[in-house]
Amino acid sequence: MSSLLAAASFETPTLEYGQLAPMLIIFGVAVVSLLVEAFAPREWRRGIQLVLVFAGLAASFAAVVMIRGTQHIAAMGSVAVDGPTLFMQGSILVLAFIAALVMAERQVDPLGDAFAPRASALPGSADELAFTQLGWLQTEVWPLFLFSVGGMLLFPASADLLTMFVALEVLSLPLYIMAGLARRRRLLSQEAALKYFVLGAFSSAFFLYGMALFYGYAGSVDLSAISDALTANASSMWLVVTATALVSVGLLFKIGAVPFHQWTPDVYQGSPTPITGFMAACTKVAAFGALLRIMYVALGGIRWDWRPMMYVVAALTMIVGTLFALTQTDIKRMLAYSSIAQAGFMLVGVIATNQAGLSGTMVYLVAYGIATIGAFAIVTLVRDSTGEASHLSQWAGLGRKAPIVASAFALFLLAFAGIPLTSGFTGKFAVFTAGIAGGATPVVIIGLIASAVAAFFYVRVIVLMFFNEPIADDSVSVVVPSGFTTLAITISVGLTLVIGLVPQLILDLANQAGLFIR
Amino acid sequence: MSTFPWLLALLIVPLIGAAIVMFLPKNSPALAKQFGLVVSLIVFALTVGMALQFVTAQAADFQFTQSFSWIPAFGVNFSLGVDGIALVLIAMAACLVPVVMLAGWNDVDGSQGSVRGYVALMLVLEAAIVGVFAATDLFLFYVFFEAMLVPVYFLIGRYGGPRRNYAAVKFLLYSLFGGLLMLASLIGLYVVSARMTGVGTFDFTTLAHLNIDPDTQKWLFLGFFIAFAIKAPLVPFHTWLPDAAAESTPGTAVLLVGVLDKVGTFGMLRYCLELFPDASRWATPVVIALAVVGIIYGALVAIGQSDIKRLIAYTSVSHFGFIALGIFVMTSRGQSGSALYMVNHGFSTAALFLIAGFLISRRGSRLIEDFGGVQKVAPILAGTFLVAGLSSLALPGLSSFVSEFLVLVGTFERYRWIGVVATLGIVLAALYILLMYQRTMTGPTPDEVGERVTDLRGREVLAIAPILVIIVVLGFYPQPVLDVINPAIDRVMHAVNASNPAPEVAPVAEGTQP
Repeated sequence: MSSLLAAASFETPTLEYGQLAPMLIIFGVAVVSLLVEAFAPREWRRGIQLVLVFAGLAASFAAVVMIRGTQHIAAMGSVAVDGPTLFMQGSILVLAFIAALVMAERQVDPLGDAFAPRASALPGSADELAFTQLGWLQTEVWPLFLFSVGGMLLFPASADLLTMFVALEVLSLPLYIMAGLARRRRLLSQEAALKYFVLGAFSSAFFLYGMALFYGYAGSVDLSAISDALTANASSMWLVVTATALVSVGLLFKIGAVPFHQWTPDVYQGSPTPITGFMAACTKVAAFGALLRIMYVALGGIRWDWRPMMYVVAALTMIVGTLFALTQTDIKRMLAYSSIAQAGFMLVGVIATNQAGLSGTMVYLVAYGIATIGAFAIVTLVRDSTGEASHLSQWAGLGRKAPIVASAFALFLLAFAGIPLTSGFTGKFAVFTAGIAGGATPVVIIGLIASAVAAFFYVRVIVLMFFNEPIADDSVSVVVPSGFTTLAITISVGLTLVIGLVPQLILDLANQAGLFIR
Repeated sequence: MSTFPWLLALLIVPLIGAAIVMFLPKNSPALAKQFGLVVSLIVFALTVGMALQFVTAQAADFQFTQSFSWIPAFGVNFSLGVDGIALVLIAMAACLVPVVMLAGWNDVDGSQGSVRGYVALMLVLEAAIVGVFAATDLFLFYVFFEAMLVPVYFLIGRYGGPRRNYAAVKFLLYSLFGGLLMLASLIGLYVVSARMTGVGTFDFTTLAHLNIDPDTQKWLFLGFFIAFAIKAPLVPFHTWLPDAAAESTPGTAVLLVGVLDKVGTFGMLRYCLELFPDASRWATPVVIALAVVGIIYGALVAIGQSDIKRLIAYTSVSHFGFIALGIFVMTSRGQSGSALYMVNHGFSTAALFLIAGFLISRRGSRLIEDFGGVQKVAPILAGTFLVAGLSSLALPGLSSFVSEFLVLVGTFERYRWIGVVATLGIVLAALYILLMYQRTMTGPTPDEVGERVTDLRGREVLAIAPILVIIVVLGFYPQPVLDVINPAIDRVMHAVNASNPAPEVAPVAEGTQP
């Protein structure tokens, strides 16, 4: 990378196509998918897109499996293909696969799917009505989805800050658009998109600023070069500390950590629910991957300087996320605050700065991501005549109306609460063990107390579903979905139980992933 | 026969039973109940079989041990085994489950939840109880400790009284909070074991032989102790118990107060004392103070109750004070008294709750003031209630007397004045039981009572009779149980490095003995 910036002479770049295959496949499929939108007849598009998306995700996952065990910095020093990268890429692909199943659902909404027929039409306008009556369904969400997944695969693999920034933008920009695509409550959705975009752009600017300062300090944007500079030269610490803070702001924003979390509830609530699930699960994996890489590879040497800051951020994230979740009356906002609290628990693993912390965070990410997608998939099924019935009072007595769906939701809530024998417990146990071993006992104790408080609002929903009488009017019903959502929920339930009952499988995978290479 | 996996069978049989119950036809609740009863009787038979194989001479060691690797990455094994104390507690639970099923045959017929669900939850709970007493791996213990909450939560929340939601959530949150503090200590203990031996482990025996630095012990002890103090419950962590017990069906209340809460005192005896001996000795003054406050406070509040079930719940708060006192006075007599008390209290509370349940379901009210003169219309009911009550107030000849006496003697050996104060608890116990008996059973019979309260039916007598027999037998001949308990108590005493104060010596000033 540094040689490119110096631009003294032109070197032919060498690309390890095999090692980059997971990303190349997704980006390639994304481009094809874009062409399909342009050239294929309207009625064929959905079929072609679905084949492309699921085949692309599967092929990319196969590529990840085939290059397992690789330890190499590819693409002229800008993409690190190592154990953690492959673990995160595999997780992102699995989660994206489940999320895509939920996005492909067309049976729960009588008007079509979760997405606006033409996002550019003004909400409430005659155009919009006309498109809806024509029964147009849009498929542009698929290329956006694929580009976003591609960005997510690159984000945790980036070995220099510039690549990381490009990946950040590639993953974010499609998400901004997708957030605004909701078919119902379009104003809320568009507001969410705008808010996400403006705040996201802000945080990207912070990231860029921090990167510039790192370049000024180390003369390179390579993570390993920054690490070397830190060991070689301990002067100008103010520059390093400022740069660390600025870069962290950019990443903590994506993670949804306090105090950079304000966008989360609005965006999670306004976005089409299948997109919320995708964004909540996959973005978090990618962003934690990048954060872990920067903190462990570039800044591992000065962890005594940044750990106090992360202590505060993690504690605040757990406390604020939990307390605000207590007061929510909308299920999507409640899940949003809960995901903020969960991010706080995962930060405990980051703070640990040991191998157990890395693998613990990765396990936690998978457990959380699966339960999140499953939970949001169930949110799409509980509907009244105006769309999703997301007010908590409308969920009363759901256990009576639809025992299986309510039981699945209860399982996801128990996983979030970290009850033993569910995946959430495995994750919590892993990060908290790493946290205590890494000397962050006070944060772990705050985390456990926050878990106890958090259990209250998870349990409250279970009480509502199983112990309360259903509301009198029969307006809210649980829709029977097509095979897509059913499969997504089944996979989520299955994996949540497997990770809870037989955690050794995923713990082995995470432990074998080893450490980041430099 | 000795290689038969007794404990695993005790765990699996109720779980399989619960699964089958859920597939029984929905419209025949009687079938579900009959099946549930049969399964619980099979479990009881298995327990008897296991108890007969138990080698009393080696009751300090874990027997019927089995171990499977579960999560090697965390050093977690699925290890089971029982010492004498765990054996008698499992036996008590296995005896009580069929009894409460039979006694509560019609308790859930009119409730919003299904009968199948009730039976299945009871069986799942039985499996969890066996697991929590039989686990010899701390992680496994914690998993069962938390897993127990789920069936109880649904048993209270779906089948309970009018304020069941409040009671169920309060129960769950108190328990979860305690459980998470224990988890913090559990993780801490794991990290400490990894530092000291190089390999992190949750194996109880290995952990008990670590010599953990006393300051670390104090922190780890606190997490475990608070969790157990909430579960047991000790004052001031007790407020969930009256609500939970009063709102649940009598059967659930029996298992909750009689068996589940024993996990708290069992945990103090097994885990707090053996894993953290230095910290336990450090905490002794505070725990003894809490226990004595609990004995007196629980008894006083019980006297003031107007609700029969809440009254029984508060008597248990007082009795748990005795049990905790006996454990922490660190004498052999105190501790074996406490272990025996756990069993005796289980049976006498079960009798009280079940007979009170018969009474309440007939009259349709839990308030003491709505009753009176029951002994005229229902002499058998009144008579059994009196026996259960007298056992609860530790009348000599009934089982609780032996254990309460042992606890008090054990206390007296070391802390004379505390023993004197705790003895007041017995006097107050006579007050709350006899006042309740007097107000409900004697005097003029109000019309509603006369019309509605009929005497016990055959099924109810069949359910109560075994408990009363056990109460009387253990009252006269507790030796077999003590023989099983005592070797394990010696192990605990050895672990906490405590020795009994020498008898026949001039009084020793408080606290000067180690």
